[in-house]
Amino acid sequence: MLSSVVDSVGLWSTSLTYYIIHAILVASATYWFVKRRDSAKQQSYKLTEKQKDELIAEWEPAPLVPETPLNHPVLHPKLADSKMTKYVSIEGKEYLNMASSNFLGFIGEKRIEEVAKKTIFKYGVGSCGPRGFYGTVDVHLDLEKQLAEFMGCEEAVLYSYGFATVSSAIPAYAKRGDIIFVDKGVNFAIQTGLQASRSRIEWFEHNDMEDLERLLMAQAEKDRKDPKKALTIRRFIVVEGLYANTGDICPLPKIVEFKWKYKARVFIDESWSFGVLGKSGRGITEHYGVDVIDVDMIMASLENAVASTGGFCVGRSYVVGHQRLSGLGYCFSASLPPLLATAASEGIKMIDEEPGRLERLQRLAREAHEKLDKALQGTKFVVRAAEVSPMKHIVCEDEDRGSGESKLDSLVNTLFEKHKVMLTRARYIEKDEKFPIQPSVRFMVQSELTEDELNRAIEALRQVVCTL
Amino acid sequence: MEGGLETELSLLASPAERRTAFRIFHRLPFRLETRKSPSKPLTDELCNEEEHNKTAETADDEKFEADDDDESRNDQRKEEAQINGQLVERTDILECAWHRRQEEADDAELQAALESEEEQERKVALGTGSASASQADLGEKIDIYGNVSKRAPNDFEHISTFTLLSVYFSWMMLLLFAYLREILKRIGIEDDKSNKERSELKDFTPLFSDFESLYQRNCYIRVRDVFERPIASVPGATVDIIDRISYDGNWTYVHPGSKTNVINIGSYNYLGFAQSSGPCANAAAESIDREGVAMCTTVHERGRSVSQHRLEKLVAEFLGVEDAICFSMGFATNSMNAPCLVDKHSLIISDQFNHASLILGCRLSGASTKVFKHNDMKSLEKILRDAIAYGNPKTHRPYKKILIIVEGIYSMEGSICNLPGIIALKKKYKAYLYLDEAHSIGAMGKSGRGVVEYWGCNPKDVDILMGTFTKSFGSSGGYIAGSKHVINHLRVSSPTGYYSSPMSPPIAQQIYTSMSIIMGRDGTTDGANRIERLARNSRYFRLKLKQMGFIVYGSDDSPVVPMITYFPAMCGYYGRQMLARGIAVVVVSFPATDMTEGRVRFCISAAHTKDMLDTILHELDVVGANMNSKFSKRAHLYKDMKIEW
Ligand SMILES: Cc1ncc(COP(=O)(O)O)c(C=O)c1O
Repeated sequence: MLSSVVDSVGLWSTSLTYYIIHAILVASATYWFVKRRDSAKQQSYKLTEKQKDELIAEWEPAPLVPETPLNHPVLHPKLADSKMTKYVSIEGKEYLNMASSNFLGFIGEKRIEEVAKKTIFKYGVGSCGPRGFYGTVDVHLDLEKQLAEFMGCEEAVLYSYGFATVSSAIPAYAKRGDIIFVDKGVNFAIQTGLQASRSRIEWFEHNDMEDLERLLMAQAEKDRKDPKKALTIRRFIVVEGLYANTGDICPLPKIVEFKWKYKARVFIDESWSFGVLGKSGRGITEHYGVDVIDVDMIMASLENAVASTGGFCVGRSYVVGHQRLSGLGYCFSASLPPLLATAASEGIKMIDEEPGRLERLQRLAREAHEKLDKALQGTKFVVRAAEVSPMKHIVCEDEDRGSGESKLDSLVNTLFEKHKVMLTRARYIEKDEKFPIQPSVRFMVQSELTEDELNRAIEALRQVVCTL
Repeated sequence: MEGGLETELSLLASPAERRTAFRIFHRLPFRLETRKSPSKPLTDELCNEEEHNKTAETADDEKFEADDDDESRNDQRKEEAQINGQLVERTDILECAWHRRQEEADDAELQAALESEEEQERKVALGTGSASASQADLGEKIDIYGNVSKRAPNDFEHISTFTLLSVYFSWMMLLLFAYLREILKRIGIEDDKSNKERSELKDFTPLFSDFESLYQRNCYIRVRDVFERPIASVPGATVDIIDRISYDGNWTYVHPGSKTNVINIGSYNYLGFAQSSGPCANAAAESIDREGVAMCTTVHERGRSVSQHRLEKLVAEFLGVEDAICFSMGFATNSMNAPCLVDKHSLIISDQFNHASLILGCRLSGASTKVFKHNDMKSLEKILRDAIAYGNPKTHRPYKKILIIVEGIYSMEGSICNLPGIIALKKKYKAYLYLDEAHSIGAMGKSGRGVVEYWGCNPKDVDILMGTFTKSFGSSGGYIAGSKHVINHLRVSSPTGYYSSPMSPPIAQQIYTSMSIIMGRDGTTDGANRIERLARNSRYFRLKLKQMGFIVYGSDDSPVVPMITYFPAMCGYYGRQMLARGIAVVVVSFPATDMTEGRVRFCISAAHTKDMLDTILHELDVVGANMNSKFSKRAHLYKDMKIEW
């Protein structure tokens, strides 16, 4: 339309008039265009206070929370009324506990409890302050030093909660504009950390190194095209040592190889593998004989094998020291209660001092795998996990997910009620998980389990599975 | 405060005359201006209610008050039910109006407002009194907040532009030298002691941005010794600080092995429950025998423990709500649960000074977030109105719901949130309210029930009552309390229940015991005494500081006492000087606060004795005089004030 007007103007003879009119037309067109863009960007209309009042009166918000079905299983928990040791008493009855990640049997260990109690009578319970503001107790420093030495790293940074460790450590380094290559099987704490980092996330198939390499190569290709930008992009690979959701272990040597090849830093979440894998419990690096210095940072919680609360990151001071000023969960939260720090510290000492525990655990893990495999043969149930993993996932290969899940539920319930063996369903919030997770039952062994007890549990499991 | 006024008006003889003098202030034009400052729609409502009051528009304070008196009496006679509602609402509105004070800094304004405060108090008392009998005692009765019915307003005194410029100048110098030294290090004149990247990683993209590492290496490191000081005892009223010496500019420390016992006014030990003996410690130790140290499973797998279950029941009872849920970490309580309440179709309206955990929660929730000016009801209302009227600018749809997130006491500002105002707005605009009582639970209110009790509000008006156990209860963890409906939802959908470990039994037990003591369940008045001591200590300490001429932010009732020292270098100076004088204080500067507002923060505890406070005040007086950091221009108001403990 505009051009046709300009065309007709072109017929005019006097060039001056032509120019003036042209200029006015162009100016008004631009004005109209810009104004439209502007107003589209902001609010295209202004409401008077009265109109606002009307709209406000009309507005009906959604309820703050949706209705929760009152029969939701989570709302009717069974309370444990004793320690979560190998045998646990629930509502007065005793059960064989194969549902807790107390892999080294530290719960109820007198030695640890005495230390914890002594700590209470010296330091009180809470630390009453974040690390920066008089919340650093000497036991924290001792534990950090101990962890760093244990893992053979320069420095360790202690957090007060396992979940917050992983979800604060990642965004302390990865920022907007960076790229993180992540396994699709990672746990929720990592997913939260990734979300908080606002970096670009590239997901590769679970434990699929070809897929990872494909993504890395694609990125390298992009970098070659835009080398200037490539200089500012940090690349990270985030994996788990022992995957909480599947029980698999990550192929670390390959990942370290990619690290050097594609210049991506490697962060490992060792929450489940710390104290469990490797000859002396150092985790996945020891398991594969990878030099721990080649991993940029190891994050782990102290809530599984160490049987305390909290978490830590270890690595070079240059890397992990940064979290002391920029790890959100580190700076803005009270430090770990001293009694939990000393309990963890004692536990780690015990890993070294009583190597029998770890040996038994690793033997039991393999044995359990074999026996479960045999027991489940010919049924729809399959055991999923690495052989060395003390946590097994039992899944049901039913075509129908719903019926598979209910079979898993009844497996857990029957074992619990009839056989006094306590297992647990692995619980997830399905709607928040990035990728669907196969429903499963967790079967966890601990070092203090005897052969007989393991056999009894597996035999009971076999019997129940046959009836399903 | 009365005392301060007295001196101001020493030339006037009788109280009657004093009153008249204030009348004059009230008639000054600027006064009338600010009178209108409560946000417009609320003001409109105010006017409607007072239709027969012809002076409503000019809203002279005095007149307003007088009319208010008989108006409410008349109204009461007329339509009881309707009026009750209105009065409650208006009380709230008055609270909002009252808070405008924080913006005005000049003395005349202060005086006028101090006077009007008294008047307003009476109105508040009247309003609530007629609205509900239970809230009547908020008014005239003597309570622990300094013998008067008033709630001390939040106070933010501003300094002159010149001082402000010099603060910027000192930052400039600091950064200039930082750059200079960075250059010196690069060319090898100064040796660089910082931690280095592994040499094999040299061709990776640098892990940190330039400015970040520059700031850390050259600014933070100079004052690193005043942070992360290790302690070797319970963080009670006094604490053993482990001595450390650095021979290389704070890069590494040598511990000679000695300790120094100093007064601790830095820990969040409001009620003094950080104790290594006594009923709490005993009970916690016993619970280890009973339940062990950890659970090693998640809450929803097999980890609901008896101790946590009992604790949840007690928390709900303590707060006077239907149900509560507890978590192992206060930070995660915020950051993981906020996302369960709102989604991308919702709006979060967050206070400017909200804690990092709340900000992270907002970010993780994916909801649109708007920030309102700190404690400013006008700003909040404007955002609320616009949000509802215009909807989500990205999708052009109305928001599904609006969640207002505020804190009870702001940990860096020492200010108390204007809860009645926020509740009034929340009700009017059908928004939901999330109140983080991390610092106020236990520490505020006559029986320690937080700012909700302090303001005499109904806990049921707050949809989400959140708090932490790290502070007043001397333990660790956090809770969310509210209606059964809300808590059930959180139990089912909060990630913490699925992916992380439940509370450790001794931690839960410590809270259980300390909370029972606060509630007087142990059969003593220990809890009540602690609360009263804390209130007295806070007020005493704050007023004394003001009297000495320091600028102190926040409300006089708040146990968080930020003393503003502005200059970045003060951070290190105060930290070291006070320690040398046997006092452990917290100093904060950029990036935790605004660049121009470096501060020293005190956290008053019930465990502090008056002697300790006097010692601290004395030393502060000396250090403050040395450093010329008594910036307040209002000290004369407090000069002859008799401040009683
Ligand atoms: C307002 C607010 N919320 C939450 C937290 C975090 O609590 P916690 O230290 O228990 O993790 C804090 C602690 O500093 C806080 O000030």
